[in-house]
Amino acid sequence: MISIRGLTKRFGSTAVLDGIDLDIAEGERVVVIGPSGTGKSTLLRCLNFLDRPDAGTIAIGDVSVDVARATKRDILALRRATAFVFQNYALFANKTAKENIMEALVTVQGRPREEAERRAREVLAETGLAEKADSYPAALSGGQQQRVGIGRAMAIGAELMLFDEPTSALDPEWVGEVLDLMRRVAAQRQTMLIVTHEMQFAREIADRVIFMEGGRIVEQGPPGQVLEAPHDARLRRFLRRVA
Amino acid sequence: MRALDLDYMLGLVPVILGYVPLTLFMAAVAMLCALVLASLLAVERVIRVPGLDWLVVLFISFFRGTPLLVQLFLFYYGLPQVLSFLTQINGVTAAIMGLTLHFSAYMAEAIRAAITGVDRSQWEAAQSIGMTQAQMMRRIVLPQAGRIAAPTLVNYFIDMIKGTSLAFTLGVTEMMGATQKEASGSFLYFEAFLVVAILYWIIVEVLSQGQKQLETHLNKAYAR
Repeated sequence: MISIRGLTKRFGSTAVLDGIDLDIAEGERVVVIGPSGTGKSTLLRCLNFLDRPDAGTIAIGDVSVDVARATKRDILALRRATAFVFQNYALFANKTAKENIMEALVTVQGRPREEAERRAREVLAETGLAEKADSYPAALSGGQQQRVGIGRAMAIGAELMLFDEPTSALDPEWVGEVLDLMRRVAAQRQTMLIVTHEMQFAREIADRVIFMEGGRIVEQGPPGQVLEAPHDARLRRFLRRVA
Repeated sequence: MRALDLDYMLGLVPVILGYVPLTLFMAAVAMLCALVLASLLAVERVIRVPGLDWLVVLFISFFRGTPLLVQLFLFYYGLPQVLSFLTQINGVTAAIMGLTLHFSAYMAEAIRAAITGVDRSQWEAAQSIGMTQAQMMRRIVLPQAGRIAAPTLVNYFIDMIKGTSLAFTLGVTEMMGATQKEASGSFLYFEAFLVVAILYWIIVEVLSQGQKQLETHLNKAYAR
């Protein structure tokens, strides 16, 4: 169970997140849509403290943090309860695909290397990249890199997986394989919070779609309702533009 | 103009070669110590520990801003007069200390620049999985910075090998010291110093070959 209250982030005098309240049930798959610059990515980055939020509370599983008073320990706990998939993949350039997946397990979770390696091989098999275990990121296509990125996040076994526009940086030819992998993650009833512009994908896998604008949640509900029968005029305008 | 005494030169080669291990030992130990110290200094310069930053800036400024020979004399002849526990310090130790401190100041700047050259996404990925700052530096950032800084660091190592020749001014008989002794016995200064110059040159050339292999090795992960 994830519970966010009054999450606020300002850059200078503009509130990029303007008091976000959001609950996510275990196993729920939530897709966030909205025009660019409306705080969707910032929401994800604040949950992970890649951007430090200014106010509010975040509770993920047993970790509960008042962000204004967050200590280093709180921040690490929050980061360890979440797994982040980056738009630009952000694989560790000095590590192979397998080592990228092992890194969090060994260094952060303190698991034995053999166990971490076994888990990495399992995950690579799930992502269809078993034969790329010893390849460095530079030798992988964008789609393959992002699949390793998702594998790295899967292996952590985090309470919540965060996807920050995972297909936006990809050449069109690689988008399909990445969405396929995300469908498989979703099928395991992993709790997911996904920022994406892939409306068809949202329709397919989301339990709930959230429309954000101006740092606020404007409308939310099941995809059938939000995407097919939107109430808010800004959402209708947005959907006409992306359709 | 007289002819070169080639027999004397050939005879001198094995004598000076006998001191190559000491020269390389001093350079290698100083290089390892300087790498560790420079990495710590560089990390501090990047993350800026309050209360420590000014000290690091001062350290780098002093050791870059004064000649190595002056620093060596300061450590070997000067410091024991004020710090009595240093009276036992021998020339080799003093030379290693001096080289370490002097070159760590330069190398810290090279490593600092390399750290800031590591892509921002690498830091964020390390943070996102919950690494501590120390883990992030040691496992992700420094190895990648090392690759960027490697050519510069090898240059400093070459400089350091040549810098060990200054240890002879502290009474250490290394390659240069041995040559000096031989030359003052034979008065064949030109031959003697030509031999030692060529030997230094060969050592540096061999290292330059090693540098190419090191760079190929470090770039392995980045080959498409």
